[in-house]
Amino acid sequence: MSFAQLIGDWHALAVLFVAGVVPNQIWRMLGLWFGGGIDEGSELLVWVRAVATAILAGVIAQIVVEPPGALASVPDALRYGAVGAGLVVFLLTRRSIFAGVVAGEVFMLAGKWWLG
Amino acid sequence: MTVHASPAARFLDANRCIARYGARFLPAKTPVALPPLDSPQWQSPWRAFAWGLRSITQTILTLVLFATYLGIGALAHDTHFSLLWALCSTLFVWAGPAQIILITTLGSGATIVQSAIAVTVSAIRLFPMVVSVLPLMRTPTTKRRELFFAAHLTAVTLWVECHRFLPQVPRERRIAFVNGLGFGLVSVCLTANTVGYFLAANLTQTLGAAILLLTPLSFLFSTARNSREVADVVALTLGILLYPLAAKMNSGLDILVSGLVAGTIAYGVHWWREVRA
Repeated sequence: MSFAQLIGDWHALAVLFVAGVVPNQIWRMLGLWFGGGIDEGSELLVWVRAVATAILAGVIAQIVVEPPGALASVPDALRYGAVGAGLVVFLLTRRSIFAGVVAGEVFMLAGKWWLG
Repeated sequence: MTVHASPAARFLDANRCIARYGARFLPAKTPVALPPLDSPQWQSPWRAFAWGLRSITQTILTLVLFATYLGIGALAHDTHFSLLWALCSTLFVWAGPAQIILITTLGSGATIVQSAIAVTVSAIRLFPMVVSVLPLMRTPTTKRRELFFAAHLTAVTLWVECHRFLPQVPRERRIAFVNGLGFGLVSVCLTANTVGYFLAANLTQTLGAAILLLTPLSFLFSTARNSREVADVVALTLGILLYPLAAKMNSGLDILVSGLVAGTIAYGVHWWREVRA
């Protein structure tokens, strides 16, 4: 891997700021400036939180359903199975994130090894 | 020795066993190891910063963050972003969901405007977080610019940890403590990004896939863990189930469409329960 590859081009960094940093940071700065008068339990914020959670859920689904890079080498059923196995362990261990992640990973690796 | 009527009963019993004895092994349950509030340890802001920095070793969430950012580094590599790009996104965005949304949408050919909309909607949740966390650090003489870094560092992990640690930190040292805690967490994540990026570049396909799988797993479970209300659970479940349907429409706005629909239904469930109650 060359040094230039690690730095990338300036265009991509500009896109990072326009599409990523500014749209993200604006909410923190609004919170810093106008934080005093907002009720954390207001109905609007409940809706916003629900939409934000569902968007994140969509991204999780996208990575599993239309996997990027090396993950695409894992068969569909194995990817879904790994998430399912992780979820079962997560629920059985009283919501242990660590146990769920490890179980999902082990399921995927074992499946890959078994399929050869 | 208990005799079990069925395998299912044995399963439930095992679960009860974990509930009874598991607490001993869960670090989150042990009291936080910080000096008492009146200790001279708190006299210098730099000492408070160092205590904040040291506190990253007191939480399992540091490990979860490491795994998540390992995945983000690998994701950035496999979606053809540079290492510098990945590090800048961690440093300046500092919100895992937004970073993943940005990488996956740009990587799958969305326009800058589409990505920006998806990122900004995911970031709205930072607003109530900043609003609720800053009063914990404010004193009557605190100026707004002193809170700038604390506001920037606010994300789900810091928000959770502030509510846990700050009651044990004297109020006038809390900003320094939070800056130390945040600095430590950012450093852990930058390291994880770098490691993940090089692992994705050099590992076999199977191990590379395992690192990429860390991201959806850790986000799914940490979001599920933070879901306290029914609306959160409905939003998470429907959001996952509706995405494949929305993707079939091929509008380029799949995630926004499924997110808006699933989130609004979840809000409807919340509203309906409130009305009925």
